[in-house]
Amino acid sequence: MRLTRTLPGATAAALLLVAATACGSADSGGSSATGLNPPDLKAQSTLGKTEGQVNLIAWAGYVEDGSNDPKVNWVGDFEKQTGCQVNSKVAASSDEMVKLMKTGQYDAVSASGDASLRLIASGDAAPVNTGLVPNYKDVFSGLKNGAWNSVDGRMYGIPHGRGANLLMYNTEKVTPAPTSWAAVFDDASKQQGHVTAYDSPIYIADAALYLKATKPELKIKDPYALDQKQFDAAVALLKKQNANIGEYWSDYLKEVSAFKSGDSVVGTTWQVIASLTADEGAKVKAFVPKEGSTGWSDTWMLSAKAKHPNCAYKWMDWIISPKVNAQVAEYFGEAPANAKACAQTSDKNFCATYHASDEGYWKNIAFWNTPIEQCLDGRTDVKCVPYAKWVQAWTEIKG
Amino acid sequence: MTVVAQTAGRRPTGTVRRLAGQLHRRPRLRLALLLTAPLLWLAVLYLGSLTVLFVSAFWTTNSFTSEVVKVWSTDNFHALFTTPVYRQVILRSIGVALAVTVLCAVIAFPVAFYTARVARPKWRPLLVVAILTPLWASYLVKVYAWRLILSEGGLADWMLKPFGLSGPGFGLPATVLTLTYLWLPYMILPVHTALEQLPANLLDASADLGARPGRTFRSVVLPMVLPSVAAGSVFTFSLSLGDYITVQIVGGKTQLIGNLVYSNIELNLPMAAALGTVPVVVIVVYLLAMRRTGALSSL
Repeated sequence: MRLTRTLPGATAAALLLVAATACGSADSGGSSATGLNPPDLKAQSTLGKTEGQVNLIAWAGYVEDGSNDPKVNWVGDFEKQTGCQVNSKVAASSDEMVKLMKTGQYDAVSASGDASLRLIASGDAAPVNTGLVPNYKDVFSGLKNGAWNSVDGRMYGIPHGRGANLLMYNTEKVTPAPTSWAAVFDDASKQQGHVTAYDSPIYIADAALYLKATKPELKIKDPYALDQKQFDAAVALLKKQNANIGEYWSDYLKEVSAFKSGDSVVGTTWQVIASLTADEGAKVKAFVPKEGSTGWSDTWMLSAKAKHPNCAYKWMDWIISPKVNAQVAEYFGEAPANAKACAQTSDKNFCATYHASDEGYWKNIAFWNTPIEQCLDGRTDVKCVPYAKWVQAWTEIKG
Repeated sequence: MTVVAQTAGRRPTGTVRRLAGQLHRRPRLRLALLLTAPLLWLAVLYLGSLTVLFVSAFWTTNSFTSEVVKVWSTDNFHALFTTPVYRQVILRSIGVALAVTVLCAVIAFPVAFYTARVARPKWRPLLVVAILTPLWASYLVKVYAWRLILSEGGLADWMLKPFGLSGPGFGLPATVLTLTYLWLPYMILPVHTALEQLPANLLDASADLGARPGRTFRSVVLPMVLPSVAAGSVFTFSLSLGDYITVQIVGGKTQLIGNLVYSNIELNLPMAAALGTVPVVVIVVYLLAMRRTGALSSL
C-alpha cells in the first residue's frame, strides 16, 4: 500500500467499513459442491487447416523461442514448418494457469496435476484425440491414462514430462545419511532451523505420504484423497515440522543458495535443483526415500474454447517429438515423456539420471493431483478435503 | 493580397483570444476545465479501485473451480476476525511496521543532525545525495544483498564471530533489519529538512538561558522536529506494512499480510480482498493519528 494510493481513498474506505460492520453478519453465502463429472465435450476427429497462430500458457522454459538464450529455440522451426505463429504466456503457478485458461483466450496449457483436474471438471479443458498426435504412441505407458490427466480412459491432454520430489541433504552436516522422509518429519529436530520444504499447499501430500507408511492405522491409500481425520493428522505433522523449518522454498534459485550457504541442510528438492547445487560445489545428495515420494507430471491440455485448435494439435505433437522433447527436458531438468527422446539428449546419461525409462522408479511416485470432495481413491462413505481447504490449512501451518 | 493574407493569418489568433477572454471572465469554467481530468483520475482510478477491492471482499468463491461467485456474504470478514492465524499475522505485520518506523527514527535523527547542522555547509548537498543513492538501486538487488549478508557464514556472521555471536539468520529480525535499511532515506530526508530550517538563534537563546545541550534538545529541538519525524514515519510505516517480497527473501518462514493476500489472490480473490482492506484501514487510523501531530502539513 503506497501512501499516494491510500490518502484519497482513506476516508471513503473508512466510511464503507463502518457501513459494512453496521450491516451485520447474519447471512452466510451458499457453497456449492462440485464432483468430478466433466461436461461431455467431443474431441475433434480430423485435423483441419492450421489457423496461422496459437496461444499457449506454459511453465517458464517450456516454450523457448531464443529470446532468453539464442541457442535455446524450438519454437522457430515449429513456426516455419506449420506456419503457426506461437504466442506464449509464462505462468508462475498452477493457480495462475487455471485463471488464465478461464479467460478463453488461450488454446493450450502445460498443466501440472494440481491444476489439470480443476480444468477438466470446470469444462475449460477438452478431451484430446490422441490419434491426431502421431508422437503419442512413443510416450511412456506410465504417463498415459493417469489419474491426473484422464477421466474414464479418455485422455485430456498429451504428457510432456515428469519429475519426482526428492529428499536432498548436505552430506557433511547430516550424518548418518538419511534413508527415510523421517529426516524432515520425526527427526527434523536434529537439524533445527535448517530444514526446508516446498512452499505450496500440495506439500501436505508429502506429509500424508509419510503417514501412509508410518501410521497404517490412518489407512491412507492416496495422499491426494484425505478425509478429515487423515488430513488433520497430516496438518498436525506439518505444524510440528514448522518449528524446525529454516525457510520454505518456491523459487528454485533460493533453494540452491540456501543449500550452498548451509542455511538449509535437508529438505525436498527436484533433480534439476540438486544437480545445480552440486555443480556449484555444495556437498549434497538427492534420492527417493524408502517411503516413495510425490512428484509432478505436466500435460499439454487443449482449451475447450480454443480458437486455434489445429495449430494447438500441431504444437502438442511437436513438443513431444523426440528431438524437441529431449531439448525441453534437458533445458528444464525433467524426465522426457517420449521414449525416443532419450536417444536425442546431448548428455547421454541424462535419461539415466532422471530415471526417464525406469517404470519401476515411477511406481513409487504419487503424481500431483487435485484433491476434491469426491475421494480420488474410490471411497464413497466419506467426503475428502478439497483443495481450497488445503490452501487455508497451508496458511495456518506456516503461522 | 497582403491584406487577405494578414486577416487569414489573424483569424485563429482571434479565436484563441476570444476563448482566452471567455476563460478570463469566467473563473469557474476555468477551474472546471483545469480540474476535470485529475479529479476523474482520482475518483475512477484511486477511489474506484479501492471500492472494487472492498466490494469484492463480500463475494465468495466456488470451492472447486475457485470461480468468484457474486453472492453477498460477510464470511470473509468473519473469518478474518475469528481465525487465529489471520489475527496473528495482522498483529505481526503491524509490529514489523512499528519496529521499522522506530528504528528508522532512531537512526535517522543523528544522521540528519550531522548532515543538516554539523557537517560543513559545502558538504551538505553531497551528503544528502549520498543518502539518496541507495534509492537509485533496484529493490531486489538490495534485498538479495541482505540475503547474502545474513546467510550462514555471511558478512553478519563473520563480523560478529570475534564477539562469540552469530548473525540473526533469516526470520523476523532479518526482515525488520532489511526493511529499515530500505526505507531509511524516507525518514532522513524530512528530518534533515526540519533540522536545516531550525533557526540557530533559538539554540543560542536556549544556551544563553542556561540550558544544557540535553535540555535544549528536549525542549527546543525535539518539539520542532517531531512533526517531520511523524511525516517520515508515514512513509516507513505504510511501505513496511505493504511489503511482501523482502519477507519472502530474508524472512525465513515468516508470513506478513502481503503474503496472505498473495497466496489467496489466485484461488480466493474475495478473501484476498478482505485481507487487503486490513492495511488500508490500519493506515487510515495511522494517518488520522499522525494528523494530530501536524505531520501531514509538513509532508
